[in-house]
Amino acid sequence: MKVEDFDMFSVMLKQRSGLVLTKDKAYLLESRLMPVARKWNLKDLEELAGVIRTRKDEAVIKDVTEAMTTNESSFFRDQKPFDQFKAVVLPHLLQARAAKKHIRIWSAACSSGQEPYSLLMLMAEEGVKLAGWRIEIIATDISSEMVAKAKAGIYTQFEVQRGLPITHLVKYFKQVGDKWQINEDLRSKIQFREFNLLTDMAPLGQFDVIFCRNVLIYFDQPTKGKVLDNMAKLLPPDGVLYLGGAETVLGVTEKFKPMEGQRGLYVLTGAPARVAV
Amino acid sequence: MKSCLVVDDSRVVRKVARKILEELGFACTEAEDGRQAMDACAAHMPDAVLLDWNMPVMTGIEFLRRLRKMTGGQGPKVIFCTTENDLAHIQEALSAGANEYIMKPFDSEIIQTKFQQVGLL
Repeated sequence: MKVEDFDMFSVMLKQRSGLVLTKDKAYLLESRLMPVARKWNLKDLEELAGVIRTRKDEAVIKDVTEAMTTNESSFFRDQKPFDQFKAVVLPHLLQARAAKKHIRIWSAACSSGQEPYSLLMLMAEEGVKLAGWRIEIIATDISSEMVAKAKAGIYTQFEVQRGLPITHLVKYFKQVGDKWQINEDLRSKIQFREFNLLTDMAPLGQFDVIFCRNVLIYFDQPTKGKVLDNMAKLLPPDGVLYLGGAETVLGVTEKFKPMEGQRGLYVLTGAPARVAV
Repeated sequence: MKSCLVVDDSRVVRKVARKILEELGFACTEAEDGRQAMDACAAHMPDAVLLDWNMPVMTGIEFLRRLRKMTGGQGPKVIFCTTENDLAHIQEALSAGANEYIMKPFDSEIIQTKFQQVGLL
C-alpha cells in the first residue's frame, strides 16, 4: 500500500471513529477493507482510497469506518465485571435509588449486543429484588451493522457457547434454525442505537452506570481523555464507570479514580472511593 | 489435581478433548461408552465427566441417569458434549442432572468457559 493511501485512511479513521491506526496494523486495512472495496466494485485499496479522496462518498466512508472498528464480544465477557455488578454496583443502586426505583445504564460500544443482554439476564436472575423497578439500558455502537445485529439478538451456536451458562440459553433464548435468538421480551427492554463516542453525549441523558469496556484501547491519549471527561458529565456523584481490563483512567483524565478494591470500576473524583452497600 | 472422565466413542474426539483438559490441569481417563463409564465411576468417582450422547452399548443420557443414582454419583460435574443441539435434548440432559452442555463442534475456549461455569476452574 502506498504511504499516502495509508496516511489518508489513518487520518480519516482517526477523525471518524477515534481509531488510531499504527503502521504495524497496516495488514488490518488489507484484510478488512478488501470486502468493502469489492462491495463497491473497486479493484483494490488504492482504488478505494481514490474514491474516498475524490468523491468523499459518505456511504463508502461509513463502510470503511465500520469495517475497521473491532467487533469482538461474548456473553458475560471476562465474567468478573458482571460478578462485581451483582455484588457491588446493583446492591448500592437498589439502596440509593429506592425512592425513584429507576436505574439507567449505558452500554457504550455494545458491538453485537452480548454485554447489554448479559446485564439484562443478570438482572432477570435477581428477580424479586427488581420487581417494580424501571431498568433502562441504552446500548450504542458506532456501527449500524452491529446495532442491527444486536437488535435482532440472533447468535450462532459458537457465540451462545462463549460465556453463556446453558441454563441461561434454555431460559432466555429460542432456537431459530441453526441459530439462537434472545427472547422478544428481553430484546424489547433494551434501546439500541447508533452512536459515535466522539460526538456530543448530552442527548443520551444521565446514567447511573456506564460500561465502556475495550474501546479506549483503540484511541490515542487526548481522545481517551475527551471521551472520559464527557462521560463524567453524564454520571451522578455515585455513578460508576466500567473500563476494560487493559484500560485505566490514570494519566488520562482527572475526572475519574479507581473504585477501592474493585478492579475495572471507576468513580468520579471527589466521590467517596467506596460506594455504600 | 482434579480428575475428568472423557466419555466418547470416537477416539479422535477423546484425544482432542483430553489434550485440552490436560492443558487446563485435569488428570484424564477415558471411556468408550456408558457402560465403561459406569465401571470407571464405580472404581473411582471423578470430579468431572465430559459426556457424549450417542454411543453404542449405553448412551450418555442413560449413563447419567444411572450415575446420579450411584453412591457418590451426585458428586461429579457432568458436561455433555454432543452433536445433539436442539432445545429438547438440552432440557432432557438438564433434567437428568447434567451441569453443563456443549454443542459440537467445540474448541478449547468453550471447554474452558464451561468448566469455569461449573466451578472446576
